[in-house]
Amino acid sequence: MAVISYREALNQAMKEEMDRDANVFIMGEEVGHYNGAYKVTQGLLQRFSERRIVDAPIAEMGFTGIGIGAAMVGLRPIIEFMTFNFSLVAIDQIVNNAAKIFQMSGGQYNIPIVFRGPGGPAVQVGSQHSQSLESYYAHVPGLKVVMPSTALDAKGLLKSAIRDDNPVVFIEGETLYNTTWEVPEGDDELIPIGLADVKRAGSDITLIAWSKMVWTCLEAAKQLAEEGIEAEVVDVRTLRPLDVETLATSVKKTGRCVIVEVGWPVAGYGAEVAYQMQKHCMDMLDAPIERVTSDDVPMPYAKNLEDEVQPQVKDVIEAVKRALYLI
Amino acid sequence: MSTPDSKRIEQEDPVEYVETTTDELAPLYRQMLAIRRMEEASAKAYSQGKIGGFLHLIIGQEAVCVGATAALKPEDYVVATYREHGHAYAKGVAARGIMAELYGKKTGCVKGLGGSMHIFDKATNFLGGYGIVGGHVPIGAGAAFASKYRGDGRVTLCFFGEGASTIGGFAEGLALAALWKLPIVLICENNQYSMGTPLYRSLAVEDVSLRALGHGMARDRFDGDDVVKVKRRIGEAVERARTSGEPTLVEVVTYRFRGHSMSDPGLYRTKDEVEEWKRRDPLNRCRQRLIDIGFADADLEALEADVKAEIEDAVKFAEDSPPADDYKSYVVKE
Repeated sequence: MAVISYREALNQAMKEEMDRDANVFIMGEEVGHYNGAYKVTQGLLQRFSERRIVDAPIAEMGFTGIGIGAAMVGLRPIIEFMTFNFSLVAIDQIVNNAAKIFQMSGGQYNIPIVFRGPGGPAVQVGSQHSQSLESYYAHVPGLKVVMPSTALDAKGLLKSAIRDDNPVVFIEGETLYNTTWEVPEGDDELIPIGLADVKRAGSDITLIAWSKMVWTCLEAAKQLAEEGIEAEVVDVRTLRPLDVETLATSVKKTGRCVIVEVGWPVAGYGAEVAYQMQKHCMDMLDAPIERVTSDDVPMPYAKNLEDEVQPQVKDVIEAVKRALYLI
Repeated sequence: MSTPDSKRIEQEDPVEYVETTTDELAPLYRQMLAIRRMEEASAKAYSQGKIGGFLHLIIGQEAVCVGATAALKPEDYVVATYREHGHAYAKGVAARGIMAELYGKKTGCVKGLGGSMHIFDKATNFLGGYGIVGGHVPIGAGAAFASKYRGDGRVTLCFFGEGASTIGGFAEGLALAALWKLPIVLICENNQYSMGTPLYRSLAVEDVSLRALGHGMARDRFDGDDVVKVKRRIGEAVERARTSGEPTLVEVVTYRFRGHSMSDPGLYRTKDEVEEWKRRDPLNRCRQRLIDIGFADADLEALEADVKAEIEDAVKFAEDSPPADDYKSYVVKE
């Protein structure tokens, strides 16, 4: 088993799936000759030529719609957004077309397409480039929403997304591209969409997170262990459909739950998770469910303020202690 | 309503008809008539409360979708707007399925899940009716992209109104179709009103086809009163797409006789204006032309009776069909 980066894992997934299926192609800004703004598509142009690695001009609504139209008639496009912040100018295509055509057409036209790219705040790129938009997409029936936290999950889930017959919004962690994980070699290591994953076992409290916040929770769990508190970290991985069972099993076991997300608090995805956990675990809960989110503000630029706005390890630890009635 | 700086194409009266035969024209007339009767039947059912929601009728514009679609092969694709019953029918979707869909029945062509604005039919390569103005232009370009990717020789026709020419979906679809040389014909059905707003209040330059020039794209512009002319001129663009892979932006000037939708009394235009266009009705002209070139009275009578029966049958089918009963099976494909 090789240790590879999250970036390399995504690259491998696309390369393998394109080798496997001639209908798969990649379209987006700077994906070809530039090798990707974040180098996720490095080397793919040389391997697959301009026919299948399509550099698009700055027209997200246009090339997103072209992907959807191509998917209607049987191709399997991967549409790369340079960042998911730019998906907002294409959201009409994703919500009104990709998500609805299967239903609107009475089941005649399904849309096998992947919308992928980095999301969530990076470092000091200002409010327009620092958004976590997963709640927008998770709201929409007809879409699947995937947010892997590790290289292992990134590869297995992207391969599943490409083979899925439905539109999949695949949001990569902008700050996770250089993180590494052990990833088995070989083409057939798929991770099914719709399964959460226990990233760390623990008995005292459940931390539920996805993407970058899984790493924050793992660090918090490590520090809590030094104080004798064993936190279980559950990685949601797939926001739609949500694996309620895996999450609820953990929460029933620990009796306590903290949900951690980078997004804004109001109508954030964590609110749905909290609802599901209270509904399914009511009798087993020993404390109110806690949420840790970013502050309810557009992201500031200054590094100290940016850190203050986002959930930090100390914020997670504090929420855990509240749920344990230690503070 | 006066349009002081209008550059609209004035329809000539009498029309200079394009050369044709009864063998070519009779089926086109039949389609136009069937669409007219289907739209009239749906308006009636709407006023009886049997059809709900929005209902956008194409009455007056039939020559455009019929003529354009007649230039296609069955494997070619058509993408259209929310005013698409006629386009669907012209592409081969049965009146029964369309009417049952308007009624919200299980037997509707999309099982009562789409309604008037969302007719789809995979069997005839009808890629749908779309309710977000201009949002379907990239979809059409995507089907054309797939044809180019596969080299399958298919052509896509994408219909939209002049009202779509101001929105981003049109601008981006046009730009990418031109850049990537996609085999598509973008057909602007300029019916001169974007809902209740006349051309001169919505477009700085009323000739939409000029937008092609900035993209190095072929263009054409003509009036849509003669169905054969539409077929020939769109045929040239289809041929260009099929043989050289080059897209074309075509603007066809036309007029809708009814309101934007059933709820629109049309107070933004004068009765005289509407009457003047009705006098030039492409359907009546087509019928007269058919007679002029020697179509026998008996044949015409039979054709019209056949259309009448077809639409009556479609209405009866819709009336008698069971209600839609499944809204959960097609959210996600398993």
